[in-house]
This record gives sequence, C-alpha cells and structure tokens, in this order.
Amino acid sequence: MDTFLAQFLSGLATGGIYASLALALVMVHQATRLVNFAQGELAMFSTYIAWSLVQAGLPYWPAFALTLAISFAAGIAIDRIVLRPVRGSSALPMVVVFIGLLVILNSVAGWIYSYTVRPFPSPFPSEPLFGQHYISSHDLGAIGVTLAMLVAIYAFFRFTPLGLAMRAAAQNPESARLVGIRVGWMRALGWGLACAIGAAAGMMVAPIVFLDPNMMSGVLLYAFAAALIGGIDNPFGAVFGGFFVGVLENLLGAYVIGQELKLTVALAVIIAVLVVKPSGLFGRTLVRRV
Amino acid sequence: MADGNLPRTRIARGKRAALAALLVALCGLPFLLSNFSVFQLTLVMAYAIVLLGLNMLTGYNGQISLGHGAFYAIGAYATAILMDHYGVPYWMTLPVAAAACLVAGFLFGLPALRLEGPYLALATFALAVALPQLLKYKSLEPWTGGVQGITIVKPDPPFGLPINADQWLYFFTLAMAIVMFALGRNLLAGRIGRAMVAIRDNPIAAEAMGIDIALYKSLTFGVSAMFTGIGGALGAIAVQFVAPDSFGAFLSIAFLVGIVVGGLGTIQGAIYGAIFIQFVPNIADRISRAAPWAIYGMMVILFMYLAPGGVASFAHYVSKRWRRRT
Amino acid sequence: MSAELLRVEGLQAWYGATQVLHGLDFDVAAGSVTALLGANGAGKTTTLRALCGMVKTRGAVAYDGRRIDGCATEDIVRLGIAHVPDGRGTFLDLTTEENLRLGGITRGGKRALGPDMERMYGYFPRLKERRAQQAGTLSGGEQQMLAIARALMLKPRLLLLDEPSFGLAPKVVAGIFEILRAINRDEGVAILLVEQNAAMALELADHAYLVETGRIAIRGEAARLRNDEAVRRSYLGY
Repeated sequence: MDTFLAQFLSGLATGGIYASLALALVMVHQATRLVNFAQGELAMFSTYIAWSLVQAGLPYWPAFALTLAISFAAGIAIDRIVLRPVRGSSALPMVVVFIGLLVILNSVAGWIYSYTVRPFPSPFPSEPLFGQHYISSHDLGAIGVTLAMLVAIYAFFRFTPLGLAMRAAAQNPESARLVGIRVGWMRALGWGLACAIGAAAGMMVAPIVFLDPNMMSGVLLYAFAAALIGGIDNPFGAVFGGFFVGVLENLLGAYVIGQELKLTVALAVIIAVLVVKPSGLFGRTLVRRV
Repeated sequence: MADGNLPRTRIARGKRAALAALLVALCGLPFLLSNFSVFQLTLVMAYAIVLLGLNMLTGYNGQISLGHGAFYAIGAYATAILMDHYGVPYWMTLPVAAAACLVAGFLFGLPALRLEGPYLALATFALAVALPQLLKYKSLEPWTGGVQGITIVKPDPPFGLPINADQWLYFFTLAMAIVMFALGRNLLAGRIGRAMVAIRDNPIAAEAMGIDIALYKSLTFGVSAMFTGIGGALGAIAVQFVAPDSFGAFLSIAFLVGIVVGGLGTIQGAIYGAIFIQFVPNIADRISRAAPWAIYGMMVILFMYLAPGGVASFAHYVSKRWRRRT
Repeated sequence: MSAELLRVEGLQAWYGATQVLHGLDFDVAAGSVTALLGANGAGKTTTLRALCGMVKTRGAVAYDGRRIDGCATEDIVRLGIAHVPDGRGTFLDLTTEENLRLGGITRGGKRALGPDMERMYGYFPRLKERRAQQAGTLSGGEQQMLAIARALMLKPRLLLLDEPSFGLAPKVVAGIFEILRAINRDEGVAILLVEQNAAMALELADHAYLVETGRIAIRGEAARLRNDEAVRRSYLGY
C-alpha cells in the first residue's frame, strides 16, 4: 500500500508536467487547427536557456521568470515570422515547417550544449517534507507549480477580456474580425502562452529526467496521449488526461510491464482511446441548432 | 482538335521518348560511378518506392501518416530475419515482406478509420516513436537481435554476370522500382485512384456515390504499407544491416518531408522526394559539420516557403512556361 | 462632412478567380435605411463582404469621406461599421452574454460595457433570459437577435445586415424588423440591408438598389419602387 501511494503521487507529479505540455498542445490546436510537433523541442530549448541563466549566476526563481518571458516572446516571434509565409497553404506544408523547427532546435541545442546529460537544479529542498516517504519535495513542488500555472491560465481565459477575445478568435476567426479583434495577434499570443507553459513544464521535468537535447521526446508522446484522451479541443480534458497518463504510466511501469516498454504502452493507450472514443473522454458533443 | 494544342499522341510520344532515354541513362550510370555512389542511388530508388506508397496514403487519399518508418522497419526486419535465420534467398524475401506489411497496414488502417487529420498524425507518430523501444525489447531479442541488430550478407550477382555486387543490387532495385511504379501508376490512374481522391476531397459525396469508404481507406493503408515495406526490404539488403535505432521517429519524419518536398499527390514527386532525403543531409553535413540537421531543417522550411507544392508542381510550372514558348 | 456616410464607386469583387461584382455605384446617407435587393447569386452578400474587406476588391469605397477599400476587416470595423453576416456568425460555443461582450471587446471590459449591455437586453428581452446559455442552443430567431445586438455593441454608425429574415418565421421576422426600425430611429444608426424578402425590406427602407449579376439594375426611393407595379412584377416577384 505504501509503495502504491508513493507511485501514485509521483505519477501525479509527472502527470502535472504532461498536463502542462498537453495544455500547450491544445492551445496551439485551438488557434491553428494543427498539432505542434515541435512543442517538446521548444520546451527543451527553453530549459537549456534557463540552465544557462543559472550557470551565469542568476538565482533560480528569477531565472525561471526570465525564461518564461523569453519563451513567451519567442513563441510570438515564431508565429509572426516563421509561420507567416506558409499561413495560406494547406495543412501539410505547415506540418513540415513544424518538423523543420523540431529538427533545427534539437540540432542547435546539441551543437551549443553538446549531448552530455546534465543535472538541472530544483528550487525545492532535497529532503522530503515532514520526513515522509511518499513524495519528494520536488515532486510536490512540481505539482504545486503546475497547478498554479493551470489555475492562472484558466482565470485568464475565463475572466479577462483578452482571454475572451483569444477564445473567440480561435473558435471563429471571421466573426472575431467582425467585432474588431486582431485575429493574427491573438494567434501569436496563443503561441507565446503555449511556449511559456512548455518552458515551465521543461524546467519541472528536467531535475527528474536530467537535461539533454532528447529529453522531451518521450514527454511529448505522453502529452499527446493526454491531449487525445482529454479531447484535443478541451483544455480541462488535457489537464485531466495529463494527470491520468502520469499515474497510469507509473503504476503500469511499477506493477505490470516494467520500465522497458513504457513508450509502447503509451502507443497502445493512444490507439485504444482513439478506437473506443476518438473525441476523447471529454470531447465535446455540442448541441447546435442551425 | 485544331485549337493550338498539340494532339495527345504527340505529347505521349514525347514523354515516352524521354522516359526511354532516362532508362538508358540509368542503366549506364553504375558503370560510370564509384561503388559508393551506386549504393546511394540504390537507396534513392528504394526510398522512391517508399515515398510512392506514402504518397498514395497521404497525398492521394488524405490520410496523414507520420509512422511509415514502422512499415519500412517491418519490411527491413522481415528480410533480415528470413535471410539471416532461415537462409532464404534475398529475392524471395520481398513477397514475404510485402505480404507482412500489407496485412500490418490494413490492420492499422482499421482503427485509424475513425481518426481525422491531426489525430491520425499523432497516432502514427506514436507508432514511430514507440517502435525502436519495442524492437529492443528483451523477449524479442532472439528474433530481432536486440540493440545490436542483424547483419545481412550482400547477395552476389546471379548467373556469374561480370558486374560487382553493388551494381547487381542497383539493377535489381531498379527493376523492382519499375515494377512498383508501373503498378502504382495503374492503381492511381484508374478507378481506384479516383476513388481515393474522392474520399480525400469530399468523403460525404464519395459515400453517396457508392464508394465503400471504410474498405478503401483501410486497403489504401495496406497497399501503402506494402509499398513501403518493399522499399524497406530493398533498403535493408543494400545497407546490409538492420538495428532498432535506424528506424526511429526521424525516419518517419524524413519520409513525410520527402513527399511534401517532392510534391503531394504526384507520382514523380516520390522520385524527387527520394533524391532530396538521400542527398540533402549530405549537403547539409558539408555546410555545417557541427549542426547538419539544423541546416537540413532550415532548407526544409525554406522549401516550404518557396514551393509548398513541392518540386513536382515547380517542375510542372516550368514545363508549362516552356511549352507555351514552343 | 456630406450626408453620405458611405459612398461606393466602381466596386468590383472576386471570389478566387471568379468575378462576382462588375462595378457597383451606390451610396448610403447617414441615418437612413438602404435596401440591397436581388435574386440569389446576384452579388448582394458579396457586396457586404467587399465593404468589409473580406474578399478581393477593386474600386473606391469611402466611409465618412475616407477610403476604406483595401483595409483589413478588423480596422474597418473599428471605424464604426458593424456587419451581421450571412449565417449570423454567432460564437456557438460561448454563452449569449459572452457573445454580447465580444461586440464591445474593443471598447473595454465587463464593467465599462454594463450600461450598453442593459440597453441591448432592453431591445431584446429574450436574450436576457438566455444570457448564461450556450449560444448554439438558441433558436434561429434568438441567434439573429443576438447577432444584431452584438453588432450594436460596437456602437456603429453603419449597420450592414445580411438576410436577417433567412430561415425565420414571418412573425419573428416582423418583430425583428420592428426593432430595426426603432434602432434606426432612436440611435440614428444607418442601415444597409440585404434581403431576398423584398416586400419587408421596402417597408423599412428609404432607398433601394436592385442588384442583378453583379451590377445595379434599378435604383430609387423605396416608396416609389414599392408602388411601381412593373418593377415589382418583373424584378421583385410580387
């Protein structure tokens, strides 16, 4: 029972990270109808930037904040500059551009920072809270950071005019223009937010899996699984899906299949969900009257 | 008929003459180039078969696959296992690889029926990412050779022909490519091809016209996988080696890049794309030893900016301008 | 400074490669109601879309004296032109109230928009009942009211309406037209109305233009056209 609880809680911690990345994927999908295959590499690169800042002497939390800001700006820049020339084309050229980005980021990270695996600092103490042995302080902290971020994003979209404008622009760009919303900039903001969220996810996961240019590929796959389980257009579903996948991964890994086939399990989960309920657990079946 | 356009037969004859000339050139090349270049061209032809298969699924039928590396791997491993463990001659492994991939593709196509665009891309991407891990799994090691993989012996030219093994493999692959492209062209130019395109462009109308969408989509997946598997088998024989890490996500990504750069929904696009994915990484490597993939990525992005329709559409545009002059 | 709020000269428009408008000339006086009539496919909807920069155009469109042809839709809207599109353009996944708030999104947040929203609920009490409901669940008539209310939240000087009667029962349409009359009278909003229901449109309008295959075939005061038997029979179908 003890280990079960420990596995469950640690699953929640990684689940929170998957949830964040899944949320980033859903946000970009809502704005562009596309899945951003480069989201993982963007998060990885942001984490390396954070590492450089810490190495240069900046204390953790200022480095964290600065990395979020840089990632936000980079996301906006990517949408406005890199994606602009293929905006009018069909889906596949844009997918290829994402792929190009993925490859460039991975390669440049490897070039600047080399492929050696490095430790990444955690802002949380190394001794577990209250001396219990169910969950490490970092895991607890990661859950906390993830939840705080998700709540902030929710509040932003639900309660602020800008959030409402962004939702409108994503759902119905033409009508949004007809109320004066600058749809292009809303989309760029969506990208910026997605990259900032991804950066936070990367910085939370790096102390666990250690920093190297390929650290996000497995995480990205789980985030995909989470986003699909929750319904690709449903941010809440993505968050739930993330925690669900995190716990499932840990429990299956500990009790059923061992560590070796984890990715295959993720694949099986994805296919199972898609076969049984393609719109995900919370996929919307909206009532519409014409 | 006399409205200024060349009569159909004249154009067809011109095209046929060009193809014949190309064929002659292709047959002469192995005797003029180094063994390594011949090997590279053999790979190009294997990739061309792969890309034709992928193009069938994604370009003509509209189902995005980011997991065709998996079918390539199945074809490659089928060949390797048959040749290494059972001593099957290389040419006999091809039908087996083809059959295995046809079945695998069809089976994957069934659940994939319910998936649209990004969902399908994700599911296939998951396949691509998960496969290397599966191939390395300890229980499968007696078959797959685990992380080490399997090495294959290069086949000798038959009947004591006075050419070396690389050259023989080149001709063998060329013959297979011609067969597969002829097969593909017939499929795509006829009713089946039109049905595929109809399903891509307007599934509801297609269904209303009596096309069994489920059957066609799964069959297309199967046939597409079959082509890819044959390419994989040929590729494995050429490279003489299969190992899990050669068949990761990067390979599937390269294939998708190949058909988009080559030209979606065209047959010649498969050839242009194969040339791109074989040689551009080499060029990128020469430009920057330190981060070749970064250069590759930039070239791919630039290509999308300048020619989102791929080389095929650019070539078509050029040939139309040329024809207007004459 | 003229009484012409909108002046259109030689407007041409294309959908992709197909030319739909072949040179329209018309104008809309400030505070007036102008009807754009014609059969299906004549180019009426395209005209409204062209005015808002939603299709490729050539020709001069002047709003309040300044040229707006070639400008982006969102900039044109911010100048004071509100467009209720073909199909209503409701944000189906958002609530009724959120749809309304979006009309005023360029002008401020919830608090600033309060009085304006109350005024809209005054015109359309049914919307107030359904304020928290998802807009996609509203009936056709209610969605039309919502679309008009949202447009009015922009505080426009010119309201473009594309087939407001489409798919609605006659009684509902009559109700909506009454409200349009009130809005025009009390708030001084000029209206450019595209309608297939020529009878109702001519009741409301001051001026009318008949569009036929991308050109203006007939122009004149609504009252005159209403009473001209020949015009009604051959062009307006009643």
